[in-house]
Amino acid sequence: MELRTKGAALLSAAAIAGALTGAAAQAQDKDFTIAVSIPAATHGWTGGVVYHAQEAEKQLEAAYPNIDVIVSTASSATAQVASLEDLSATNELDALVILPFTSEELTGPVEQVASNGTFITVVDRGLSDPSIQDLYVAGDNIAVGANTAKWLVEKLGGTGEIVVLRGIPTVIDDERIKGFQDVIDQSDIKILDIQYANWNQDEAFTLMQDYLGKYPNIDAVWANDDDMLLGVIEAVDQAGREDVQYMLGGNGMKQVIEMVKAGDERTPISTPYPPSMIASAMYMTAAQFAGQAPMRGSFKLDAPLITPENADQFYFPDSPF
Amino acid sequence: MSSAEIATLPESEGFRIRWGDLAPFIALGVIILLGTMINSNFMSANNMLNVITRSAFIAIIGVGATFVIATGGLDLSIGSMLAFVVGIMIMAMNALAPSLGPWAIPVGALVALVVGSLCGLMNGLIVTVGRIEPFIVTLGTMGIFRALITYMTDGGSLSIDRSLRAAYRPLYFGDFLGVPYPVIITLVIALLGAFILYRTKYGRRVTAVGSNADVARFSGVHVGGVRTMAFVIQGFCVAVAAICYVPRLGAATPTTGQLWELQVITAVVIGGTLLRGGKAHIWGTVAGALILEVIANVMVLSDMVSEYLVAAVQGAIIIIAMLAHRFTSSR
Repeated sequence: MELRTKGAALLSAAAIAGALTGAAAQAQDKDFTIAVSIPAATHGWTGGVVYHAQEAEKQLEAAYPNIDVIVSTASSATAQVASLEDLSATNELDALVILPFTSEELTGPVEQVASNGTFITVVDRGLSDPSIQDLYVAGDNIAVGANTAKWLVEKLGGTGEIVVLRGIPTVIDDERIKGFQDVIDQSDIKILDIQYANWNQDEAFTLMQDYLGKYPNIDAVWANDDDMLLGVIEAVDQAGREDVQYMLGGNGMKQVIEMVKAGDERTPISTPYPPSMIASAMYMTAAQFAGQAPMRGSFKLDAPLITPENADQFYFPDSPF
Repeated sequence: MSSAEIATLPESEGFRIRWGDLAPFIALGVIILLGTMINSNFMSANNMLNVITRSAFIAIIGVGATFVIATGGLDLSIGSMLAFVVGIMIMAMNALAPSLGPWAIPVGALVALVVGSLCGLMNGLIVTVGRIEPFIVTLGTMGIFRALITYMTDGGSLSIDRSLRAAYRPLYFGDFLGVPYPVIITLVIALLGAFILYRTKYGRRVTAVGSNADVARFSGVHVGGVRTMAFVIQGFCVAVAAICYVPRLGAATPTTGQLWELQVITAVVIGGTLLRGGKAHIWGTVAGALILEVIANVMVLSDMVSEYLVAAVQGAIIIIAMLAHRFTSSR
């Protein structure tokens, strides 16, 4: 895990160094246009995606004067298809960085853009046909669940009773839960209950109240998302339950990172599924053009535990998430 | 022959209304009985208090929705409006906190009541002056309020100032003689609503406009005014719910109040108010809100239903309750 992170750091460092010299050699006019198509900010995580995309746009345009970055947000899959058509009709696109709303609906339209010779970078959610993309950047949802589970098994000494909250029924949620359950199943820890709370703070609060009423002893809670975790904590505090030793989330929301940094006893860790992966994808795509650094392939961001020691690296106080 | 018919009519009418009044309470009783059989923890004081307190939001907003629906209107914007009012209230309180200290809370609450009533007034005026279907108007404002809260939070969350959190928290979690404050507030709002609806001239006009707007207009009722006022009452109730909502989690997010409009409308209709207007039951609405919350609670407490099927069972119970209602009231 450590090696992979370091490898990634080296890779991007090399890319940026290469890119800088490349940029210097080229003329100062805008030679390359990179379009970025992402979902609009409708909840915390996508809010973070929009923030990091806009930050990366500023940084890239300052670093490489010959690159023009266009960020476009869409509020639904249909709107994203329409915005793709508009982007490719009004611009000569050298590259497209896209975080697709849904895999199926966006595959055809992205293929259309690719047929004009545009370099395609797909982020987070894969297309139905992976051969369309030149570069794939994503987080690892199975690792989000598995790494949290490993930590929990170790802390609870391999035994105990826990409850789990699920998000919205999607592939993302399924993968996290699978990664978590596979590790827990190998220990003597018992999952008392598992229910959907739709990544919503209010529903998480309500569900946790019901869990607390139903089970007289709960050793730990996994909320699978930091937004839901905040609702869970409120419910446990109100009930004044001392038996709950650990309450864990995931995603790396800034309020929770602050708790980790402060050394909170019940929430000492989080696991990143960072919205900043859009920035990673944009930098790598820029390097492909400005730096002549080959970037074709798949890049999977790991989900290392966020601990008080490394929390600063995951903390973006200005980000809305 | 004809005089005999007239003589029997009022009697059967009275009998039917009594059943219609009682149906939601009978349904609530049956579901509570079911819950008790399924899990012994269901009747515990803690669980009961949690469930009743949680239902306060839907019940309070539902009192307002009862007025709007009784006039033949519909308000789909209430969930988004709640989120918007919560956002404005938190921003106002945070801005006032340095100068006013804990007094920022009542001032912020007052701001919320004004903003909520104005939001309702806006809905009402567009419906009545603009002569547009309330369904479309409030569908539009639903999008507007939701977008505004997303903009205000940058897609993230908007939290109340830490210095106010401790002072404000008891409004949701505290109690008076064992009765949680949100429950007391619900009772006060429902009593006020019932008084206005059943004991004032305005209340009688609400149902008159709902059952037949033309007849009401010919008998000298200002139909537009009555409808607009119903939307203002709705906005006020949303603001009261917002005041109870903020101390719970202390934050507004773009998903705050999402789909609450559907829960509220369901609660109102389960409670015996006619969706096409003309008949209103405030206490039925409160029972409807409790029924929804109790069903959700029983679902979590029971181990019989797969987590994938919970929503299906909830939907089925609501439909069965309505069918039972129809069956008993048509006799």
